[in-house]
Amino acid sequence: MIVALERIRKTYQSAEGEVEALSDITLEMEEGTFLSVVGPSGCGKSTLLAIIAGLEKASGGRVLLQGEEVTGVSPLVGYMPQKDELFPWRSIRENVLLGLELRGEKNGERRAAVEELLQRYGLADFADAAPRQLSGGMRQRCALIRTLATDPALLLLDEPFSALDYQTRLSVSDDIHSIIRREKKTAILVTHDISESISMSDAVAVLSARPGRLKAVHELTEFRGLSPMERRDHPHFHAWFNTVWKELELGV
Amino acid sequence: MSENMISKERQEYLQLRQRSRRLVRAAQIALFIAFFLLWELAARWNWIDPFIMSSPSRVWETLQNLTVSGELWRHLGASCAETVAGFTLGTAVGTAVAVVLWWSPTLAKIVDPYLVVLNSLPKTALGPVFIVWIGAGPSSIIAMSLAISLIVTILEVHNGFLSTDPGKLRLLRTLGASKGQILRKLVLPANFTTLMNALKVNVGLSWVGVIMGEFLVSRMGLGYLIVYGSQVFKMDLVMATVLLLALAAAVMYRAILVLEKALKKYLGVSA
Repeated sequence: MIVALERIRKTYQSAEGEVEALSDITLEMEEGTFLSVVGPSGCGKSTLLAIIAGLEKASGGRVLLQGEEVTGVSPLVGYMPQKDELFPWRSIRENVLLGLELRGEKNGERRAAVEELLQRYGLADFADAAPRQLSGGMRQRCALIRTLATDPALLLLDEPFSALDYQTRLSVSDDIHSIIRREKKTAILVTHDISESISMSDAVAVLSARPGRLKAVHELTEFRGLSPMERRDHPHFHAWFNTVWKELELGV
Repeated sequence: MSENMISKERQEYLQLRQRSRRLVRAAQIALFIAFFLLWELAARWNWIDPFIMSSPSRVWETLQNLTVSGELWRHLGASCAETVAGFTLGTAVGTAVAVVLWWSPTLAKIVDPYLVVLNSLPKTALGPVFIVWIGAGPSSIIAMSLAISLIVTILEVHNGFLSTDPGKLRLLRTLGASKGQILRKLVLPANFTTLMNALKVNVGLSWVGVIMGEFLVSRMGLGYLIVYGSQVFKMDLVMATVLLLALAAAVMYRAILVLEKALKKYLGVSA
């Protein structure tokens, strides 16, 4: 068990009052699996991710990462934000090495592994280029490699494709999916896009509208080993879409 | 060779651009010449009283005399040195304070009303205070120019720091960055433009402070020459100094632009 969420609760306090964002979320994930969390806007799915990442404290319950309770930002976790967030004043290589640099391991043993990642995923030729010289899809790929650079056990993807146009989005999600598979990473993807959640993951967790509750977890066993594109063409894809869609509908 | 490959449309576009650029430059030069010519002629034909309004030829003569006697460099040098000290200190100290305020949001909240009041206070009112405290010398003049630029710098730079992209802050936090690392790796480079703008504004403010200070202290510098000239009714000297001041300020501003470009290149900062 790599991740276990035990009765996670989150309430936001402000001068105006309190808002319940998440209510009683319990979930478990096996090593090497890909979970999507899908829910309507404002259901607290990004909050859930922030709690797992140790960026925010849960109001109740606990998160276990490889059996240990999360109390702060953990080096076991790699986080991929909505936008690529590449620093424009750094070259691609310097951007990708950011995590290692912060840990003071820029020239450590991971360095070679990062260079290899750049090589393997076609970024070696652009390593010294500035981010603005790259397309949106390539930038997203850099963002993923930056996340992989510190060799995290768990990847958290916070709607990483939402800033891309539809066309790019399909090919980038295919791209990112295959990289994550190839690197055999465990990943949690948060999205409001139902097709994206079904096309990317081994299991889909459906959250209700605020306060976010876990409505269902669907194991997509029949899609195992298929790429997102192949899944979108699968005869059962639409049935799954409808199932999830109806569950989200009911919550409105 | 490559010129043959340019399309006709492109050629026309480039020509048009070139022409418009030349026109602007020619008009600028013409305006310059016309101003001084008109001034000179108006003085010669007694449309204006050259004793009060001076004239370009009298200004030129005054500048030559000042140069020969060596006084020009002494006064110009003093004012320039004070100005450079003023904006360098203003930008450096202002940025340092902004860093402290960024580091401690509580402190920022506490001092906020004081900064607002200090910002709206006309700093020239402090001139006599500085003279009493620090003495009538270059230090008072630098203090004056520092007083004028410091508070604005703090407010501007602190604001810039606060508007650092929250997405990038979040990313750094997930990578386990410490506050110092966030400052060095993100907040400072992301605010390069803010810092350079503060520096540019401070060049102008520092000149104001220095001239004001020299008016009050009156021993040396371009401000001193202006006050002295007006007191002994040597308007030629006053006009010559004002023109010199305009030139010095322009050159200094240019130098900052060059510095900015060089820094940009050195740090690899873009946009």
